[in-house]
Amino acid sequence: MIERYKAIEKVLEYVGDNDLVISTTGMISRELFTIQDRPGNLYMIGSMGLASSLGLGVCLMQPKKRVFVIEGDGSALMSLGTLPLIAAETPSNLTHVILDNEAYESTGGQPTISSDISIAAIGSASGYRNVASVKDTAGLDGALRDAAAMDGPWFIVVKSSIVHREGIPRVTHTPVELRDRFKSQASGH
Amino acid sequence: MPIDAEQFWGALKARGYDFFAGVPDSTFGAAYKSMLDDPDIRFVPAVREDVALGVASAAYFSERKGGVIMQNSGIGNVVNPLTSFNLIYKVPVLLIVGWRGYGGPPNDAPEHWVMGAKSTDMFELLGIPCEVLEPDDLEGPLDRLLSKINDLQVPGALMVRAGVLE
Repeated sequence: MIERYKAIEKVLEYVGDNDLVISTTGMISRELFTIQDRPGNLYMIGSMGLASSLGLGVCLMQPKKRVFVIEGDGSALMSLGTLPLIAAETPSNLTHVILDNEAYESTGGQPTISSDISIAAIGSASGYRNVASVKDTAGLDGALRDAAAMDGPWFIVVKSSIVHREGIPRVTHTPVELRDRFKSQASGH
Repeated sequence: MPIDAEQFWGALKARGYDFFAGVPDSTFGAAYKSMLDDPDIRFVPAVREDVALGVASAAYFSERKGGVIMQNSGIGNVVNPLTSFNLIYKVPVLLIVGWRGYGGPPNDAPEHWVMGAKSTDMFELLGIPCEVLEPDDLEGPLDRLLSKINDLQVPGALMVRAGVLE
């Protein structure tokens, strides 16, 4: 298992300056903001489950840009229907990363059902072009390297551990500030 | 006279709307198929209304115009994304909403009675501007709504009753 914070750090190693990152509500966005705040990051501070559908739309609007969607097992399970929709639309520029810690950690660590079922199998059955399930940093590095080299949509499930870190702030930009800077990055000017 | 489907989509395209996501409704009749057949419209057949809203919202970030097609029974499904995404990030989207159960009982089937009577109240409660498409007036309601959407930078709903579009 990989500490989620370190998994996000690893994903960011593969995110280029012009790439776009959409992250789900709660601790994932807060940790991404803490590790590397960048204009191409759109932190979705609410609307749990919406990151994947917005990410799909961004992929279709900007087929030449690489798009990362980073969410947890809870939000992926909440919008399960979006997975086959993404597969059906086949955005080759999408890397969809699920940080699976088997819990709703942002609300206090209550368990999800993902300890009993395989989210990676759901990704495969949904029809993603490429699916990887990784349990350690080397595995994640390999999957991200493959995703950079081969067309998506990629579905990478990262088994993550729950480690409580002190001092992870809330996102300090207002939603409209986040909107405007992401729009500049996405539309290329 | 009902509004002709090609005229309807033509008016939307002329105003920059060429990217839609949604869920069908019988209210739209042949206009839905006419949209699917239109080579100038990109449509994503979303699995649910909130997913459609997420997909269509992406247009804004590319300086394009996005729309959602939905039945009013799906209004409940978009309340969370509207309130915790579009209304706080100020991301406008045009919602084209088939209005089943217009006027409440005894119109339409029982499953449409409650939302049929409350649809515009729901949007009003959320601060989502709303206009009703009329058979003899396409551009009036549409332009009033788009003007509010652009001024307020929020989604707006165009309500479509049975028989208004063909």
